[in-house]
Amino acid sequence: MAPAKPHQSAAVAIPVPDKISVSLNVNGVDVQLDLAPWTTLLDALRDRLNLTGTKKGCDHGQCGACTVLVDGRRIVSCLTLAVMKDGSKVTTIEGLAKDGMLHPLQQAFIDHDAFQCGYCTPGQICSAAGLLAEGRAKTADEIRELMSGNICRCGAYPNIVAAIQQVMGHS
Amino acid sequence: MINFQYARAADVADAVRQIAADPKAKFIAGGTNLIDLMKEEVERPSRLIDISRLPLDNVEETSGGGVRIGALVPNSDLAHHPLIAQRYPILASAILAGASAQLRNMASTGGNLLQRTRCYYFYDIATPCNKREPGTGCSAVNGVNRMHAILGTSETCIATHPSDMCVALAALEAKVLVAGPGGQRTIAFADFHRLPGDTPHRDTNLEANEIVTAIELPARGFAKNYTYLKIRDRLSYAFALVSVAAALELDGQAIKEARLALGGVAHKPWRDVNAEASLRGQAANRDSFARAAEALLHGAKGYAHNTFKIDLARRAIVRALAQASQGTPQSQSSKKIR
Repeated sequence: MAPAKPHQSAAVAIPVPDKISVSLNVNGVDVQLDLAPWTTLLDALRDRLNLTGTKKGCDHGQCGACTVLVDGRRIVSCLTLAVMKDGSKVTTIEGLAKDGMLHPLQQAFIDHDAFQCGYCTPGQICSAAGLLAEGRAKTADEIRELMSGNICRCGAYPNIVAAIQQVMGHS
Repeated sequence: MINFQYARAADVADAVRQIAADPKAKFIAGGTNLIDLMKEEVERPSRLIDISRLPLDNVEETSGGGVRIGALVPNSDLAHHPLIAQRYPILASAILAGASAQLRNMASTGGNLLQRTRCYYFYDIATPCNKREPGTGCSAVNGVNRMHAILGTSETCIATHPSDMCVALAALEAKVLVAGPGGQRTIAFADFHRLPGDTPHRDTNLEANEIVTAIELPARGFAKNYTYLKIRDRLSYAFALVSVAAALELDGQAIKEARLALGGVAHKPWRDVNAEASLRGQAANRDSFARAAEALLHGAKGYAHNTFKIDLARRAIVRALAQASQGTPQSQSSKKIR
């Protein structure tokens, strides 16, 4: 077998931009990263900061597994360029527990068995934290509608709704 | 995603200068559609110009009694803004019918207008698509076309515009404020999006060196008799098969003013002024609603898998006008259609 040849140089060189310095506060810790502009917030969290709680599901904004809070609002980190969030405060699943105590949503998901494989769970919990902060969901219908951006292929939906209701104070 | 350069715009004039200087550059705000398209390599910009920090995030009353919405107001903030929720609830309802809570938190008002079709062939770079690559042909006309258009189609493209928000904006007769190298101009909402014709690669009449700065709503908000009825394959977080924005002004049972616009059926939000005219002066009842539906769907044409949309649209129009006339708008959380 012929030895592998190096790639021939392309007719037009693709410019590789300088990495851009990005400052974030992640789970209360200030971090500075040098990132290529196409780095998503999801990849920066997982691959640069080793915060692998945030999951890559579809990577197209359709499943919600990568949901985190940016400046208190829930977003999908797979469709977010990290450079655009320079100066922002990011909360991931790793940042919800305080002083060794689980966040009430984490505890409620355990209490209600609101997961099976667990892959969607960090996104579900971060999304639910955003939902609680928004304060607009009152009924089970409203919880279902406002959680529809988080897919659970194990089908734990009824227990997820019950867990959120527990934290909302009407279990 | 291919490599690209990244720059921030300092102000609107700087944004226009930057986009004019690089024909392969794109603006980015919420990024919810653009980054997805870049991952699929449907969009391959050389440079992203970040406009997300420009001060275009206000919702304010205009001197004419209307409301001006900055192009960077997130969809969720717009839906819940008191001026919109109280005076233009049809707009709030349409926004909340679309996407997910996360995406609505990210997506901007201007970007919602500029989102691309979700035609599967447009997204699949292995297939011909006149919208993506002019002159290569339309894979949907003789392909899988269940989601596709029934009104205003051409032989070159049967894609639909995916927005819910834009359907309400069409019904409300919004205006789009844009800035370009020559200054500002205003585009009537009906003239903003285009039909495919033989140039399906152009979704809108926005020029390549222009930027959307705001949407203006006229004073008339139809807050009493309105609905946004969206029919889709699953109850939430799916694009419309057919959606209907219906708004009425009633004098007793007589219709003084009517607005009717459809989503999921055409290359642009489909407002029909003739169908609206057929309602004016009529009694608000199933007969007049059915006549309006007939007028609107008169030229509808189905393809192999989407002919069902014609009947679906007819029934959705009648139901939406009934909801509007009764003052019982469709709830976007309880999915029961009454």
